Amino acid sequence: MSLVETRPAAVVTVGASLSLFRSELGLTFRRARTITLLGILAALPVLIGVVIKSQTDGSGGGGGPAFIAQVTQNGLFLVFTSLAVTLPIFLPMTVGVVAGDSIAGEAASGTLRYLLVAPAGRTRLLAVKFAAGMTFCLAATLAVALSALATGAALFPLGQVTLLSGDTVGPGTALFRAVLIALVVAASLGGLVAIGLFVSTLTGSGIAAMATTVVLVITVQILDTFPQLHAIQPYLFTHHWLSFGDLLRQPIYWDNVLQNLGLQAVYVAVFGSAAWARFTSRDITA
Amino acid sequence: MALLEQSDGRAATSRPAASADVIRTSGLTKRFRGGQLAVDNLDLTVPRGSVFGFLGPNGSGKTTTIRMLMGLIAPTAGVATVLGEPMPGAVSSVLPRVGALIEGPALYGFLSGRDNLARIDAADPTTDPRTRSRRVDEALDRVGLTAAAGKKARAYSLGMKQRLGLASALLRPRELLVLDEPTNGLDPQGMREIRALIREVAADGTTVFLSSHLLDEIEHVCTHAAVMAKGRLLVQGTVAELAARASGRLVVRTPDVALATEVLTDRQVTDLTSDEDRVSGTPLGEQELPKLCAALVEAGVRVHGFGVERGTLEDAFVALTGEGFDVAG
Repeated sequence: MSLVETRPAAVVTVGASLSLFRSELGLTFRRARTITLLGILAALPVLIGVVIKSQTDGSGGGGGPAFIAQVTQNGLFLVFTSLAVTLPIFLPMTVGVVAGDSIAGEAASGTLRYLLVAPAGRTRLLAVKFAAGMTFCLAATLAVALSALATGAALFPLGQVTLLSGDTVGPGTALFRAVLIALVVAASLGGLVAIGLFVSTLTGSGIAAMATTVVLVITVQILDTFPQLHAIQPYLFTHHWLSFGDLLRQPIYWDNVLQNLGLQAVYVAVFGSAAWARFTSRDITA
Repeated sequence: MALLEQSDGRAATSRPAASADVIRTSGLTKRFRGGQLAVDNLDLTVPRGSVFGFLGPNGSGKTTTIRMLMGLIAPTAGVATVLGEPMPGAVSSVLPRVGALIEGPALYGFLSGRDNLARIDAADPTTDPRTRSRRVDEALDRVGLTAAAGKKARAYSLGMKQRLGLASALLRPRELLVLDEPTNGLDPQGMREIRALIREVAADGTTVFLSSHLLDEIEHVCTHAAVMAKGRLLVQGTVAELAARASGRLVVRTPDVALATEVLTDRQVTDLTSDEDRVSGTPLGEQELPKLCAALVEAGVRVHGFGVERGTLEDAFVALTGEGFDVAG
């Protein structure tokens, strides 16, 4: 005599997964750690803006990466500069913390066994953790972009934007490009989320998983600078990260951007499968 | 009985509506990767409607067995059937009907008690989100945590955490409750409340599988029991049957110990022990008692007390294992 009301399987799956996803988002974004990380990310563009402002006021500018020189002419460029500065280190570090902790943290606190006997379902839980990780990537990117936009508007003039290709577009088009770039940057971190999730299924310690993921990002970035490793560099997940600059050309130069997104998809497939294989066959003894 | 047996997953769709056994394992074995044999060829049968005590020292394989029953770890060999379906294969259809407290509570410290329950409830794909907050409040009320429901769980005492863990097992009506050491960390009053709650749940028809290392807890609450030691099942049966294994001992309180011992030996009372003012031993049978009493008085023994101490589960356990109730080496 089953006490469980029976409902169509498909309805249960979709509705229930959404329910668990909402719960997962609540869990991620109510954690003090997540809020602190987002706060730090939001503070960085302010810092960069203030530094550029004080530098240019004093010495009259000169040199610097392509974007930075443009910031003084248009505040919107602070969005692109901030993303370019945070993408190699700060953004992946925060993503490594969140993704690395996703399964391992639950295992360490023992809540994993209660989720699994609920029963959350191992595949479903993994999928929800990945989706929450991607949502965090988007939130982290937006924290940088919106803070940069506000700082840029406050410190520098807005208006016509001169693109990297020399063409000039209106503020509306430029804002659209900024949104597009934020989305591409968030998607660029997809491979890292999958790697973090995989590492997270290997250990019962959240700290170990976070540290491993962050160290991995740094190691890969270092490998990417050795000329001797030229042959493998296009396959490193960080290699095309800064290709989002191509979205600031007229017409948009898509090749590198698509290559980046394709590479991220491959990493998600490979490490997502590895995480799934590991997590669905593992004994939960924590 | 053979009718209900399922040796593999293929029969899982024809769920027996009211199978007599809620848990059934045969040859269940778990050898961990280090080579340690945690559970060895376990044949366990938990009848529907029972309050089943799962007894054994720390390290005897109780928790490993429970984890296999709940699909958290895969058996090395053997079959585990829960609510008529094989585990871990049928996890998604079996576990919504099972409430579990495994190896102590585990909570999200930065969430309130209420939010912790909502999180666990959301993880179950078969629950209805529209009734969630009502069911969470009912579960909190049942374990006496309503007043502390809004407090962050990290501020809870161990007893409160234990109650919250129980509440998550009671979020919906269950057919089976698996409770691993549910009274750990509770004060005596808390223990009584939890035991009363277990009886109440059992009275509603839920089968309760209760693991404990506290013998008197099993004796107070359970109808059936099984005893594990070093990964093996020593015995299972009703609590009355098990306690009966420890035969009652005759106890005579008297200052004339030597004389009493002599009389009792003559009357074939075996296993005699004596100290300053008492003699105890195993009589041939109940019908011998009046004769023994008369014989003692006749011989001039000053009898201050004469009676039989009933066997306890602890006596049964010592008789079974030949050892005390300590941590297995």
